Amino acid sequence: MSDDLDKSGRDGENLPAADPIADPGLPEHQWRPTDVDPAQERRAERQVTGMFLTAALLFVLFVVAYFAVEVDAIIFDYSASNIALGVTLGGGLLLIGMGIIQWAKKLMADHEMVEMRHPAASSKEDREAVMKDINAGIEESTLGRRPMIRNSLLLSLGALAAPSVVLLRDLGPLPYDQESTVWEPGMRVVNDVSGLPIRPSEIEVGQLVNAQPAIFFPQDGEEEAEISGHSQLAPKAKAAVIVVRMRPEDITPEAGKENWGIDGILCFSKICTHVGCPISLWERQTHHLLCPCHQSTYDLADNGKVIFGPAHRPLPQLPLMLDSEGYLVAQSDFLDIQGPSYPEIARHQEKLDSES
Amino acid sequence: MSATYTPIENTPGGKKAAGPVGWLDDRLGLAGVAKKNLRKVFPEHWSFMLGEIALWSFVVLLVSGVFLTFWYQPSMAEVVYDGSYAPMRGLEMSEAYASTLHISFDIRGGLLMRQIHHWAAALFIGAMLAHMLRVFFTGAYRKPRELNWLIGIGLLSLGIIEGFAGYSLPDDLLSGTGLRIAEGMILSVPVVGSYLSFFMFGGEFPGDVIIPRLYMAHILLIPALILGLIAAHMLLLVYHKHTQWPGPGRTEKNVVGYPMFPVYAAKAGGFFFVVFGFTALMGALFQINAVWVYGPYNPAEVTAGSQPDWYMGFAEGLLRLMPNWESTILGWTFSWNVMIPGLGGMAFLFTALGVWPFVERWITGDEREHHLLERPRNAPTRTAFGVAGITWFGLAWIAGGNDIIATQFGLDVYAMIRFLQVAIIVGPILAFVITRRICIGLQRQDRDKVLHGYETGIIERTPDGGYSERHQPLPELDRYTITAHDRAPALEAAGETDENGVAVPASRRARLKARARRFYWEGVVDKPTAEDVEHADEHLGEFDGHPAALGQEFRGVSETGVPKSH
Amino acid sequence: MRTLSTRRRHRLAGPAVLLLGLLAAAAVYAVVQYAVLSPATAETDTVSARDVEAGQELFLVGCASCHGVNAQGIDTRQGGNYGPPLIGVGAASVDFQVGTGRMPMAQSSQQAPRKAPDYTEEETRQLAAYVASLGPGPAIPEERWLDYAAATEEDVTRGGEFFRTNCTACHNSVGAGGALPSGRYAPQLDGVSARHIYQAMLTGPQQMPSFSDEVISPEDKRNVIAYIKAVQDEPSYGGVGGRLGPVVDGIYVWIVGIGGLVLFAIWIGAHGARVKKKS
Repeated sequence: MSDDLDKSGRDGENLPAADPIADPGLPEHQWRPTDVDPAQERRAERQVTGMFLTAALLFVLFVVAYFAVEVDAIIFDYSASNIALGVTLGGGLLLIGMGIIQWAKKLMADHEMVEMRHPAASSKEDREAVMKDINAGIEESTLGRRPMIRNSLLLSLGALAAPSVVLLRDLGPLPYDQESTVWEPGMRVVNDVSGLPIRPSEIEVGQLVNAQPAIFFPQDGEEEAEISGHSQLAPKAKAAVIVVRMRPEDITPEAGKENWGIDGILCFSKICTHVGCPISLWERQTHHLLCPCHQSTYDLADNGKVIFGPAHRPLPQLPLMLDSEGYLVAQSDFLDIQGPSYPEIARHQEKLDSES
Repeated sequence: MSATYTPIENTPGGKKAAGPVGWLDDRLGLAGVAKKNLRKVFPEHWSFMLGEIALWSFVVLLVSGVFLTFWYQPSMAEVVYDGSYAPMRGLEMSEAYASTLHISFDIRGGLLMRQIHHWAAALFIGAMLAHMLRVFFTGAYRKPRELNWLIGIGLLSLGIIEGFAGYSLPDDLLSGTGLRIAEGMILSVPVVGSYLSFFMFGGEFPGDVIIPRLYMAHILLIPALILGLIAAHMLLLVYHKHTQWPGPGRTEKNVVGYPMFPVYAAKAGGFFFVVFGFTALMGALFQINAVWVYGPYNPAEVTAGSQPDWYMGFAEGLLRLMPNWESTILGWTFSWNVMIPGLGGMAFLFTALGVWPFVERWITGDEREHHLLERPRNAPTRTAFGVAGITWFGLAWIAGGNDIIATQFGLDVYAMIRFLQVAIIVGPILAFVITRRICIGLQRQDRDKVLHGYETGIIERTPDGGYSERHQPLPELDRYTITAHDRAPALEAAGETDENGVAVPASRRARLKARARRFYWEGVVDKPTAEDVEHADEHLGEFDGHPAALGQEFRGVSETGVPKSH
Repeated sequence: MRTLSTRRRHRLAGPAVLLLGLLAAAAVYAVVQYAVLSPATAETDTVSARDVEAGQELFLVGCASCHGVNAQGIDTRQGGNYGPPLIGVGAASVDFQVGTGRMPMAQSSQQAPRKAPDYTEEETRQLAAYVASLGPGPAIPEERWLDYAAATEEDVTRGGEFFRTNCTACHNSVGAGGALPSGRYAPQLDGVSARHIYQAMLTGPQQMPSFSDEVISPEDKRNVIAYIKAVQDEPSYGGVGGRLGPVVDGIYVWIVGIGGLVLFAIWIGAHGARVKKKS
């Protein structure tokens, strides 16, 4: 059997020539100090026992620590409970492991044994016998003679794929609203967290305001915001903005965007067009906005153009105006689709362009 | 060692156990299975234990994971936190995040288990990767073990997905940012990206189902798949028997080592406790993923240094390195800038790994079974590919942490990106060329050692004033070990002439194969033939004029003049 | 020592010495860094005309070479400036820049790094008084907005929300700092005094945007400071490290985790001492 191992060569040629040095065979067994010296043997025995006993002691200490150390106690600026439990448990486990291994290394017999290998393939007789059985089975099942049964079974099994796939249909709705956000004409731009509306006079050159649409915060007299709690997260992931103020002479607006700002105050989407991280790393002197995730960089003085990194589309700008009370409000929703690109984005953008 | 040994069936305990054991054997036929496996031989080498680290960390993951499920709430429902961690008290957050804080601050041993779980996860994938590299560089994936190689790749990819799912579960700002990036990658799938995203998140990102869904995948679906694949991996290991290093008495036809029972079982079992204990100590002493500092997920917030766990670092790095290409074809937008690095990078890695054994077999035409490992130097092209791959992975990983590296070492992130964009292409090529040269150099050194002996470090002056270093023949065992590997094949220009020497219009496939063979074996230094050795031995034997006899234990002197011994 | 010297030729002796050396260097570095950057205590008094006069003298000696004798700034031929005009930057700006050692700059670079201040508290106060006298600008914040210890638990939580919304993108969630374009960086917040944090928010030094008191109220600024201090003063519950995120965790995984376990594997596979004969 084992002769089969080297029967087939590389392409049947270039069989390795005889080894230049003949196999000297397994070297003679060498003894360990513990095999020949009873003192060493006893020492190893003591070592192993010592490790097991220490482990047992550590586990007892674990239980003591569990009840004695408060969960919020601090030692050396670390959680005392975490250290006490972890060191006793980990130390005990480690000692058990090291004890067992030391036992195996020093005291268990260490004669190397030789076992013969067999080729992975089954023998020719086995293969023939199996083929005979398979053929007998096929013959008895009449599978070969009744193609109609076979084919209709295959068809029905294939059709089973349909319900399996269709069942997953309700994992989620079909894509919707990818091109729009909750921003609408006249909606106030409010400071994130505090929800306070913003007057242009409150923003100086070089200032950054992380802002949100007012719809997420209770407005005058309301108890609760129109959109609140967890249901805020999805619209927030699209509507978050930053408001920045630059010197008007530094800004070079594109045609049609000249009146999107107020005295150098511009508002941009906070969502990176690469894969959607929120971005607010704005440099007041260079006017560059950096995404902390993949380092796409946009020039906010130049219409949010991408100047570095993997993002492709410029950062969409939210057109601003003032309401009757002098607060910043949106002129409309974003006219360029915010957020990461998706397969239908070009078509959605075309639709948006034709509407506006 | 006791002088007399009583067989276990004759001891008092053995006599008592005989009944139940017999009962079991009557029903299960245990003796039949045990007979085959109890004394099964496993060869010993430290590098054979890398896979064990992965296996045992998986067990640690199961144990610590079960503990965590007792308190973790896979829910995105909103709660107001009122636990022990003061800076978050009163904040609205998901139940998932609140329960993670609860485990960390209010459950005794909870923080420890969380940290053990996270360290073990990172170690699990690290050990799988290290094990895979060991298998790759020693050629252990060759016939008959190709299927086990593929199972291993399946385990690695499942491990990475499992790890990412777990990373997402705390629902803190870091894991939410990770999910947001994952959503961006899903959106980049051509044509159906939006549909996949809406189906996965149950609507618009982030929705309220992704955490429960990932939880199901994390604690049920993927672990079950991993367990199944591990079982298959181990069964095949037992069936094929472990590979071994060549050496005296260790051949393709045998396996030399220690029996399963007791030595191997003790060492492997002991190693489980070592891995568990070590991970527990890491959990006790080293902080990992301090979820409380990130705060609950909010799609309008982010923290500098938002990175995935290390095993996804290379995909993150590729995302940073990719130029910002995007194009619209027939109304469909293709985000090459996300798709190529995000999805393509992962696909490329696993495809390249998966097809390698088959590509190599096609090139070498080697149909034999291999149970002896190859030293990396004796397969220079394979080793060079491996090192090129590591270089690629490493550079991409560095790119994935470039902001952290930049802030810690005062570098410029832009300059790092520009440098790495070039390096990720040039680096692997350089690594390939250099590694192959090093391998070939080592092969030459081996050949020299076999033929001319090793350098003793003893400088001798001849009567006419010349200096030379004395060489001493290698011990026979070492000479055999060094030369116990396959001979490089003779490279013929395949398919160019027929048996009469007439040129045949070779098929393109054959020409390609011939070129690949030349590339694969190019520059390889073959081991000496028996004649070479005989000839060299005569030459080596000529010298016997040294005044001092060198003992059997002598192995040359070190640079500092101290004799080395065996 | 004898055991040490007999082991100096051990295979692992070289790496062990290297490791010890590296650890020692790291320890020295950590101590030195802490010594240099440990915060100075702050105290502001009322401003007098004498302060303005003394400040002007200091200004002419230490600042005028870049910022101009009248603090009007000095332009370069390329249209940039050696030093920007300081008229109207206010006392808060001067107190921040000089008090954190950023000004005077040691050499021109992308960004003025934080270092040990060159001027005493008193001199800094005089300089601030002088620059504040040139034109109206943000003043040094009132003490009550710097008293972060007075913040209640809800205040800290609210400060955390502001911090995560406005600050963590650059400064990281534990204030460890972060990278900005072209070698610039958002500095780490460890050991920065409440006054300097407040002034940075108010004036927006260098590339940092400003956060005016109208948009983020003084009280909320105080809350942000309280949160930063709470996070930085809190214990490192889980143990050593872990505050720089997954990249550093990954390094621990490979060096400590895989490295340590491989050492165990080598121990298990090692054959150890042997003797030729069984006596």
